[in-house]
Amino acid sequence: MIEAKNITKTFGKLKALDNISLSFDKGQCIALLGPNGCGKTTLIKTILGMVVPNSGEILFDGKPIAKEWLYRNQIGYMPQIGRYPENMTIANIFDMMKDIRKESAKQLDEDLIESFNLNSMMNKKMHTLSGGTRQKVSAALAFLFNPDVLILDEPTAGLDPLSSEKLKEKIIIEKEKGKLVLITSHVLSELDELITQVFYMQDGKILFYKNLSELKNETGEEKLTKAISKIMMAY
Amino acid sequence: MKKVLKYVILDIVQNKTVLIYTLLLAIISFSVFSLESNSSKGLLSLLNIILIIVPLICIVFSTIYIYNSAEFIELLLSQPLKRKAIWLSIFGGLAVSLALAFLIGVGIPILIYQPNGTGFMMIAAGLFLTVVFVSIALLSASFTRDKAKGIGLSVFIWLYSSLIFDAVVLFLLFQFQDYPLERVMVILSFLNPIDLSRIQMLLQIDISALMGYTGAIFREFFGNNTGIAMSFLGLTGWIAIPLFISLRKFEKKDL
Repeated sequence: MIEAKNITKTFGKLKALDNISLSFDKGQCIALLGPNGCGKTTLIKTILGMVVPNSGEILFDGKPIAKEWLYRNQIGYMPQIGRYPENMTIANIFDMMKDIRKESAKQLDEDLIESFNLNSMMNKKMHTLSGGTRQKVSAALAFLFNPDVLILDEPTAGLDPLSSEKLKEKIIIEKEKGKLVLITSHVLSELDELITQVFYMQDGKILFYKNLSELKNETGEEKLTKAISKIMMAY
Repeated sequence: MKKVLKYVILDIVQNKTVLIYTLLLAIISFSVFSLESNSSKGLLSLLNIILIIVPLICIVFSTIYIYNSAEFIELLLSQPLKRKAIWLSIFGGLAVSLALAFLIGVGIPILIYQPNGTGFMMIAAGLFLTVVFVSIALLSASFTRDKAKGIGLSVFIWLYSSLIFDAVVLFLLFQFQDYPLERVMVILSFLNPIDLSRIQMLLQIDISALMGYTGAIFREFFGNNTGIAMSFLGLTGWIAIPLFISLRKFEKKDL
């Protein structure tokens, strides 16, 4: 579904992505892990076409994404920080997105709008909302158009436990429908029940890319948190 | 492009700064017209105020708005939209809303007190100036990621066009007073959008005494009507060129 070939991206002297090749397929739920500043967000942004790599290419469904934009019809993206024009209401944001993606949205998936109870505050302006509520709007937007690929950058940061549980349930449902889900998170404990693969990056390089079960077998640990820390000790 | 434009306009017209700007322009316009007994004299005083305030507010507000929309632009980029469409929507949104503010704040008073050719010309010049400085704001915001630097650059550009430019022109005039500088002066006046609008207005009002050196040469060089047409052409260039460069930069930018 998504394939990258020898992607390199530098910001000045910093190598944010160093010759990365990968391939993500349908039905996978991949955790992008790594220390701060290891290039996770840059990788996500190159896939979305926000950052243009210095060399290498990215294929989406076998087609290169350079200078393309329609492939993003199949992606739902939830950014790390969701900030919106302050005088727009939640309803404005949803209307605008529906306008933009009219063609691709055959059926809307409004599950999250309902479970987060966003309908009751549709007329509130964005600048009056708390960080958590904005995060809920971002999440609902990512899932709204039933995309084949979901890219979630720190999805549960700032959400209360109940809402983050609801979001996790939703992610599992979508994964089981055969969608590709990419998650970055620093809260490893909550990833255990979600993910099938672990993609670990450091200093712009891939350290390993393994199935979760494989990883657990190798380390002999039951929990992802412990497995990761064991591997990190070894390196 | 229309899809995003509509919502950007909706957002900006509700912005408090834009509302205050509209109100400020309206208060200034009405008070100038009611203070001066002769309303064409009032128009002239209004011109001088507009040439300072409109560029300043337009450029600073637009720059800040673009920096504050960084995350929103990112979100739009993750949608199936062309980069060009996103950037032009933001330009269009800013230009339309600030032009609307000018039309309400200055346009209405002028239509009440001076509904003639000169009045219309003044409205046209103000609208052009609004769009020019939105376009320049987009350019300076596309140069740097740092908000403080971007706003600093914008303020400097404003300072250049309203103060520094005149000082430099005067300096050149004194230094080279033995040489015929007419042609050079005409070309120089195209380097400053505020100067162009001033010349345009003064050519229309036809008060040579107030026209200043560049203005007088301008009229001598082009004659009144061609002069006005040329200055509009110059202003259009001041809209198109910065917008084009910023668009090229935005299309290659990493966000």
